[in-house]
This record gives sequence, structure tokens and C-alpha cells, in this order.
Amino acid sequence: MILAQTTNALPDNTGYVAAAYLVFFALVLIYVVIMASKLARFERELTELNDLADERFGAGAPASRDPAPAPEEPARR
Amino acid sequence: MLYGTRLRALSIATLVTMTAALALAFFYAPMDADQGFMQKIFYIHVPMGIVALCGFVWGGINAIQHLRTRDPKYDLRSYVAIHLSLILGAGVLVTGSIWAKASWGHWWVWDEPTLVSFLIVFLLYATYQPMRFSIEDREKQARYASVFAVTAGAFVPLNFIAVRLAQAYTHPRVFATADGGLPAKMQLPFYLSFLGMTLLYITLWRYEMASKNTSAKLRSLRRKLAGDDAVAPAGRTAAPSLPTT
Repeated sequence: MILAQTTNALPDNTGYVAAAYLVFFALVLIYVVIMASKLARFERELTELNDLADERFGAGAPASRDPAPAPEEPARR
Repeated sequence: MLYGTRLRALSIATLVTMTAALALAFFYAPMDADQGFMQKIFYIHVPMGIVALCGFVWGGINAIQHLRTRDPKYDLRSYVAIHLSLILGAGVLVTGSIWAKASWGHWWVWDEPTLVSFLIVFLLYATYQPMRFSIEDREKQARYASVFAVTAGAFVPLNFIAVRLAQAYTHPRVFATADGGLPAKMQLPFYLSFLGMTLLYITLWRYEMASKNTSAKLRSLRRKLAGDDAVAPAGRTAAPSLPTT
């Protein structure tokens, strides 16, 4: 690899470089979207299980082992 | 806690490192006299390739642990590591093809050992998930998959050896070459990019592990609250299953 002097000339093959970086960012983005959809599914299931626990043990039962955060507290992620 | 503060800190560190690496690659690293602007692909393509191959080896190391202890968590770790490396591997092949087209005028060169050996490793690991899916018994599936991961993991270093032994130096050499290798002003962006890619891999690996563990815990919770009938049978799947209490 030979090092050149810095030049003000317009870069060549910009399209190929952009395409390569886009491929990388697209891969990461798709992965993040899949993880976000999984997280949404977990939240739905947790809500469902929370309702189920309320039905079985009553809404007034002690919630010491409740997996869902208390409504007034922000959920920590 | 589903996604802890450590994972959040890791995510932020990944984002900062990757951003800094790309900024240095484009605004600090000098233009290569031979390849010009297209050499910038190097800063994403090479770290991705190295991290993908290291991920395969990491999968093999966890598979050894699984065979030694029979603990299903190691099978899950191995599965997630290989799964992520396959995704990065696909990225390496695509970005490499783009670079080859820009540099050599061809999307693929079959007499280039680096490309072909990486493709062989990728295709070898591409059979991992179908192999898992083909085995119905979960315990046997985990055991066979671990044997596969160990064997294939040992094959990965051959990729590096093939590169070093290659006589046809069509593929650009950057480290330890006769004329000094990578220039100093290109080293910093490269090493930072490599660090960023490693952090990205670890972050995604930890997210995937957290997701799989949470899924198993939810399944267990549903069984406790609603009984076995409320939980649909898992059916045949390539993904490992963690024991639910």
C-alpha cells in the first residue's frame, strides 16, 4: 500500500464505497429492528401474564414477585 | 432486569467508538495512492472479517465448554456466537465483492486464496443451523452441534494460514509486508474500527443472549401461571432451548 500526498481532487469510486458502508449499516439496522420487535413481543407477553396473575391471585395480592414494573415507576432498560 | 445498565453502557461505547473510527477513516487517514478513495472500504471490511472469524472460534470455545459440562447455557452461547458471525460473514462477502469490483473489475476472483478460503468457512458454517434443525432430539442436537462447532472452529485458523502461504498476492497485504505494511496514519483508524467492530459484536451477542434468556423465563412464568396446556409445544427448531423450571 503506497501512501499519497493529500489531494483536493474529487474522490473516485465514491459509489462503491457508499454501497459497502450501506451494506454494513443495513445489516446492523435490520438486526436492531428484529431486536425491537422481539422486545415489543416480550412486553406484550409480560402484560398478558401480569393480567393472568391478577386474575388468579387477585389485584390486591402482594406484588413482591411481580415481574412487571409498578405503573408509577419508569421501566429500566 | 431485561437489559441492564451494563448493556446500555456497552451500547453507548460501541456507538461512540464506531463513530470515531469512521470519522478518522474518512477525515484523518490519508488517501491511498494505489487505490484512491475506494480503499476506505478497508476500514469496515477487514475488521468485520477478523471479528467474524474470531466469533466462529468463540463459538467453538463455548462448544468445548458445553461438551465438558453438558450445561445448555454454553450451547446457547455457541449458537448465538455462530449466528452473529454468519451475519457478519455475509457482510464481509458483500463488501469484499464490492471492493473487488471497484479494484479489480470483477465481483469475485476464484484464484484468490483469501476470498475462496473465507467463502469455504462461511459455507461450512451455513450448514450449522440446517444441521441443528435436522435433529429432533434436543439433547442430541446440542451435542452434535457442539462437535460441529469445535471441528469447524479448528478449521478457521486455516483461513489465516492460507492467506500467509498464498503465492498469488492479488489480495492487498497490509500487515508485516516488506515495505513496512500499514502506514501509521492509517493504523489508528483501523485499530479503532477493529475495536468498534469487536464491541458491536459483543453488544449484539449480549442482546441476543438476554433475549433468549428472557424468552425462556417468560415461557416458564406462563407455565407456572396458566399450566402446561397454556404453553404451546416448542416443536422442531434449530435454536437451543434453555431448561425452564
